Amino acid sequence: MEAFSHDVLLIGGGAAGLSAAIAAAEFNPTLDIAVISKVYPMRSHTVSAEGGAAGVIKPDDSLDEHAYDTISGGDWLCDQDAVEAFVCEAPEELLRLERWGCPWSREPDGHIAVRAFGGMKKKRTWFAADKTGFHMLHTLFQTSLKYEPVTRYDEWFTTKLLVDDGRLQGAVAIEIMSGRVEAITAKAVILCTGGCGRVFPFTTNANICNGDGMALAYRAGAPLKDMEFVQYHPTGLPFTGILITEAARSEGGYLVNKDGYRYLQDYDLGKPQAKPVLRSMELGPRDRLSQAFVKEDQKGRTTQTPYGPIVHLDLRHLGEKLINAKLPFVRELCLKYENVDPVKELIPVRPVMHYMMGGVSTDINGATPLAGLYAAGEVACVSINGANRLGSNSLPECLVFGVRAGRAAAAFALEEKVPCERVATTQANDERKRLEVFLNNKAGGRERVSTIREEMQKTVEQSAGIYREGSGLEGAAVKLRELQERQQRITLDDRSHSFNTELTAALELSSMLDVAETIVQCALHRTESRGAHQRTDFPQRDDVNFLAHSLVYRNADGTLRVEYLPVKITRWPPGKRVYGEQLQEPAPEPTQNTALKRAS
Amino acid sequence: MDKIVLEIERYSPEKDRKPHIETYEVPVRKEWVVLDALNYIKDKLDGSLSYRWSCRMGICGSCGMMVNGEPKLTCATFLTDYARGGSRVRIQPLRYFPVIRDLVTEISDFMMKLKKVKPWLIRENGAQPEREFLQTPEQLDDYKQFSMCINCTLCYAACPVVGLDKDFVGPAAIALAQRYNKDSRDQGSARRGAILEHPEGIWGCTFVGECTRVCPKHVDPAGAVQQYKLEASVNWLKSFVLPWGQKHESKGHEDTGT
Amino acid sequence: MRARDMKTQAPKIAPQYTLYHPRWYRERVSTYWWLQQKGYLKFVLREISSVFVAVFVVVTLFQLNALRQGPDAYEHFQHWLRTPVALSINIISLCFVVFHTITWFNVAPQAIPPIKLRGRKLPAALIATSNFAAWLVVSGVIAWLVLR
Repeated sequence: MEAFSHDVLLIGGGAAGLSAAIAAAEFNPTLDIAVISKVYPMRSHTVSAEGGAAGVIKPDDSLDEHAYDTISGGDWLCDQDAVEAFVCEAPEELLRLERWGCPWSREPDGHIAVRAFGGMKKKRTWFAADKTGFHMLHTLFQTSLKYEPVTRYDEWFTTKLLVDDGRLQGAVAIEIMSGRVEAITAKAVILCTGGCGRVFPFTTNANICNGDGMALAYRAGAPLKDMEFVQYHPTGLPFTGILITEAARSEGGYLVNKDGYRYLQDYDLGKPQAKPVLRSMELGPRDRLSQAFVKEDQKGRTTQTPYGPIVHLDLRHLGEKLINAKLPFVRELCLKYENVDPVKELIPVRPVMHYMMGGVSTDINGATPLAGLYAAGEVACVSINGANRLGSNSLPECLVFGVRAGRAAAAFALEEKVPCERVATTQANDERKRLEVFLNNKAGGRERVSTIREEMQKTVEQSAGIYREGSGLEGAAVKLRELQERQQRITLDDRSHSFNTELTAALELSSMLDVAETIVQCALHRTESRGAHQRTDFPQRDDVNFLAHSLVYRNADGTLRVEYLPVKITRWPPGKRVYGEQLQEPAPEPTQNTALKRAS
Repeated sequence: MDKIVLEIERYSPEKDRKPHIETYEVPVRKEWVVLDALNYIKDKLDGSLSYRWSCRMGICGSCGMMVNGEPKLTCATFLTDYARGGSRVRIQPLRYFPVIRDLVTEISDFMMKLKKVKPWLIRENGAQPEREFLQTPEQLDDYKQFSMCINCTLCYAACPVVGLDKDFVGPAAIALAQRYNKDSRDQGSARRGAILEHPEGIWGCTFVGECTRVCPKHVDPAGAVQQYKLEASVNWLKSFVLPWGQKHESKGHEDTGT
Repeated sequence: MRARDMKTQAPKIAPQYTLYHPRWYRERVSTYWWLQQKGYLKFVLREISSVFVAVFVVVTLFQLNALRQGPDAYEHFQHWLRTPVALSINIISLCFVVFHTITWFNVAPQAIPPIKLRGRKLPAALIATSNFAAWLVVSGVIAWLVLR
């Protein structure tokens, strides 16, 4: 059997994965770096990101303000040292991408253009028309082709992390094309597998977002952090769940209920103005907007459709020229999937699950408590997003922490000795046998992958949606345990080895079930409401007991335990989240007079 | 509820010598795309059907297949377009690629061709700006269209030259090369020219134009190739007529920002 | 499952795993690929039309030659032009030449770099239409010269 062995192994080839791979290659060109991805890298879900990436470059802006917006947006659950590092490094990383050819949109004089975005007091979101993620990913992917030390394993599905002696030894993966199972040893492994949107039935996320990396880390013994914080994006198209970017609102779109009334004014988000006002109304944070929708629906002021209640996004007053220049993809998507032209008609929208603030617990350099295991991007939780992520913070997060994790993993790999091959081979053989047994499983049970998946999605949506409550969560925990048992009895229609997508769907389902259980347990244990986690039975924020991250661990018997880790507060003590015109005075001054300095 | 019959080309290398058609009956819902029908088959009727898909919004490029003989993104093609009383929909893997299984094609050759054209920003003299390169919206417009390619390979399935000549670099690769050639920040057109001004590069193209017709993102690869041919010819002529001091022109001025 | 080496030269991107994989199916491209689709047939006819452009050129050369040789030769040539063979060649060639011109004028905007006027690209339709207009004008002028 061939042995695959590398120094640094990246699992996932999106923005975080490719940034980390390039950073590791540049850190030390003698390192042997490999990227495993279950899809070709240009299919990674980064490609669907539309709105933009935030970075402070304009003279009227400051790093402290970006930090404050992020921390208050996250309802003070963000680790402030990480946020400080993030806001400093974000502009540098975005500039590096520009020097690699990323087609950022420009002002007439040739400088990079920025726009407003939800929850931010100043305009600092860089954008590439309304396909920012697409352009960033393609720039990163095409640039990564230059680096010879990077080997790619395209369409290999990672099933297990190899751990021995408390240290990562590599991973076991299936080459999807042929079905063969191989161990790939490495001195350091970086997880960049993205989010877990498909745990929910209605999501902006692609089919490939199943929380695979989170499950891999969780099963290997690393804790997951803040799993209860699930972001619902306020504007997704009904039925498909396709994202309508926040940029539509930052360019001036209005959210109106069935009476044409801009309902956000009733929810402490300011007073409606003709032009968008930062941190106010439609440019408020996503959690508050989604919660406003639910309350509006409870009052009976949303429009009922066969696909659920909706409200409307009104872009008609922006004019055709602006829509074609700044929001062409939005227009294309509305025309194609809703048969609606935003220039003349209202777009039907409703909140849709979009982002997982939680993930594999890492420190400021992407390192998890498990030696040799790192994580970056949506799969990780550092945490800079806290209880609610601001729009346009996620793309620079992938770059900044991708680079940090890449360098940290490279430095670690240079110190470490080569992993033990015998251990890797033994564990790989066990995994190979397990998969072969599963593939040919004919014993009893005729469960189908799709049935269990649909039941899981329904359970999670009903119990851990925008509003949660104790008994619902307890019921969900029981149901998910039952689904975990039932998935052992799945029988596959597809018994072949070559490109078996039913097998990969079953493996993804098992990742999603683990992740769903962690979401429900963390939500059950957090008896307060903060940011995106709203409990109807505990509606207040509780800084005394819960100014801490939830950490969820897997016990040896498969059950979960939840612990708490205090949030790192440096210069911004917890305050009230204020949006709308009430915020007339400037952002509170940090406690010490050591304002962050920009790099250049 | 209306129903429609899907005829799907199946192939499993462990069992079959060559592909064969299997039929499935699927309900027609007005908001369904062809991909939804395939997912219905996989979830409810036959879990062994293999195909690629991801974003379902026409941006990742995974789900390209032949639908009634035309290369299409199945996530952007509505079932109702085919559901006219008794019509059938034939779904096959993209043409001119080897087939691994069912509707899944082998694209490592395409990936190699993409890499061959050096699709990254090349700077010759190494000077980096302190901040950003300045690039006006007009300069961005020069290459923006060619930067929209999602690598879905529908153009390769449409191009007969790709089918007849395995070594032809192909429409998307050349459009990607042009995307960098026309980027005001790039200085690598000479290097790419050395690779592409070649019978397997731009001169392999006979301007059939099918690639542009099927492109879901309106990249116009045929236009990219023909424009490249024109420039290459003009440059070649110039090298004849004005051989001294003639290099591939670096685009405009080298703005290095403040 | 049979595995067989398909490639002797694995591409650099995927060096290791292409040595072991299942049998891929490769469809042979038919010799009649150009009949499978309207677009392909139109393309082949467009390419063949250049042969008929050449036919027109050759006929014109013969005409010039006959002119050079004097009125008798020219009379002989004009007589030949009226024979059924010559008529059919000319009519078929005319159809193909018109088809050639229309298809080429239609794709001309794609083949040239975008022309900018006052910072905005000229629309493709304008370029195509101006070609057609020029053709009509030149044809009109020549027709007037010949027929007056």
